[in-house]
Amino acid sequence: MESIGVLITHPIYTYLEKELSKRFNLIYLSDLPSHHIINNNINSSIRAVVCDVKNGADTELIESLPKLEIVSTFSVGYDKIDLEKCKERNVRVTNTPDVLTDCVADTAVGLALAVFRKICVSDRYVRDGHWLKANFQLTNKFSGKAVGIVGLGRIGSAIAKRVAAFGCPISYHSRTEKSESGYKYYPNIIDLASNCEVLIVACALTKETYHIVNRQVIDALGPKGVIINIGRGPHIDQHELVLALTEGRLGGAGLDVFENEPDVPQELFGLENVVLSPHVGSDTVETCNAMADLVIANLEAHFLSKPLLTPVV
Amino acid sequence: MKDPLPIKIHKLRADPNPETLTPGTMASISVLLVARVMPYLEQELTKRYNLIRMWDYPQKAQLLAEHASSIRAVVGNSGNGADAELIDSLPKLEIVSSFSVGVDKIDLDKCKEKGIRVSNTPDVLTDEVADLTIGLILAVLRRICECDRYVRSGKWKLGNYKLTTKFSGKTVGIIGLGRIGSAVAKRAEAFNCSISYYSRSEKKDSKYKYYPSVVELASNCHVLVVACPLTEETHHIVNREVLNALGPKGILINIGRGKHVDEPELVSALLEGRVGGAGIDVFENEPHVPEELFGLENVVLLPHVGSATVETRTDMADLVLGNLEAHFLGKPLLTPLV
Repeated sequence: MESIGVLITHPIYTYLEKELSKRFNLIYLSDLPSHHIINNNINSSIRAVVCDVKNGADTELIESLPKLEIVSTFSVGYDKIDLEKCKERNVRVTNTPDVLTDCVADTAVGLALAVFRKICVSDRYVRDGHWLKANFQLTNKFSGKAVGIVGLGRIGSAIAKRVAAFGCPISYHSRTEKSESGYKYYPNIIDLASNCEVLIVACALTKETYHIVNRQVIDALGPKGVIINIGRGPHIDQHELVLALTEGRLGGAGLDVFENEPDVPQELFGLENVVLSPHVGSDTVETCNAMADLVIANLEAHFLSKPLLTPVV
Repeated sequence: MKDPLPIKIHKLRADPNPETLTPGTMASISVLLVARVMPYLEQELTKRYNLIRMWDYPQKAQLLAEHASSIRAVVGNSGNGADAELIDSLPKLEIVSSFSVGVDKIDLDKCKEKGIRVSNTPDVLTDEVADLTIGLILAVLRRICECDRYVRSGKWKLGNYKLTTKFSGKTVGIIGLGRIGSAVAKRAEAFNCSISYYSRSEKKDSKYKYYPSVVELASNCHVLVVACPLTEETHHIVNREVLNALGPKGILINIGRGKHVDEPELVSALLEGRVGGAGIDVFENEPHVPEELFGLENVVLLPHVGSATVETRTDMADLVLGNLEAHFLGKPLLTPLV
């Protein structure tokens, strides 16, 4: 397999790149002469693309690689990959589901606890010496709060399992009811938001879920409600979210993703009722190694003509 | 810790119209408040009793001269209780009702000796403290506060944050499998963690792995949680040996009492990298926190807020009031310790 050209869109993760170089002829996108020069020698040697959630495989890149057979993304989301073009060209696509489920669900619960119990604000309070003068303010309890989950897929279900242990009643919104889940289903996200205290966004980003949390949903959640987003930034109308938080129409937010990363609205920087996180939902050593192993296993399966482990297309 | 019968929290809420509940004589009962508690409790005590606030008397002698012969109840919290001296100086004292689950600041032996009842506020804060325990674990392993600072200071624009450590699936070792320890275990199980514990005796009805020594427990877990009551036996139960057994990849979470941990040893273990991190809600000499910890990113430092939510503090206050009312109406205490 050493002769197989594998293009990586950018330096993604040292361990992944090291393991890819051991097995394949690893080429960095920055080393390519130009996307527009089709059929040059390098482009024609590339049979696989490895990318991630930030830098995917767009139409232009796919079209510039005449021998491309597979795109393997180091992420669960693949909204930056042109799936239609891949289907049309008969290019396979794999992602890394499941292995990051636990870590993203952990992040969701961690953000919720940090928002409700003001963990980061009180840590700062101690470090700044304010405790010497007075006790910290009372916060709000998380256990027992009604949790509404948008998207009851792998990650949503893993979040539900965790918050159930905190005695939280669980409801959800998704395109179709999952009656085997045992949780309360709302066919309308506004109804879900009206009936929960914590709204967690855990669905895939599609045209239908773009800005699924809009002004109406935020207002339905209300001034005591908390939004947790571990999905994608564009799931939430960020402009409306910032307005609601600064105007007190929403109680708080824990955000791991933003509409225009790494830009984060500066209006949020002074707020105590938000916890901001730099898109690290799955960024642990354990999970990244497991994701890297899965990317490689998919590529190896493909080139050995075995079934892909986690195919998308 | 003794285990009073399980109670139903919703039945404990104080009567909104105390006049209807209490005979006219109750307003004349003197109650000494020795700690600054939440305003709600202070207000409700004022409505019901002749409330004497300790801090109104900078000279203790004056307080005793005016009220020693009338005070029949003391209300304190985890930081300020009733020591032998105070108990001995109040000849009419009948009950000490603590706005806390921990009663290490109350001289229980002295109370027993003098036939003084003691009540605390168990159960109502169990969920809250267990929640904070999981919050601390996640905040330490996933660097939640450090990440928040990274974003707010604009560093994300310069590069991604580093990888952190996964929580799900780690081994959680719990010191003390009482109410709070069990509530922590229940939550950690939902994160696919395997649970082990140390306590004085093995809990036969528990499915978790028991270690008869804290050092063994620490050697065999990634996350060590201190959740036992503070007694002579558990003072400094986490010492140098335990910290070294936990090791550079292990993290310590203390939501018990500051004195459970040998604090100078914890500080040096953290500074020397012999322990991987710590989430600490309680300290040996509160509100003083070792300044050496302020620069560390692998620690999360909280100002003893385990039960400090509006919801739980209100439940705790209602339980303090409920115990006092029960006592003065000659009914059984709701949550008696002595």
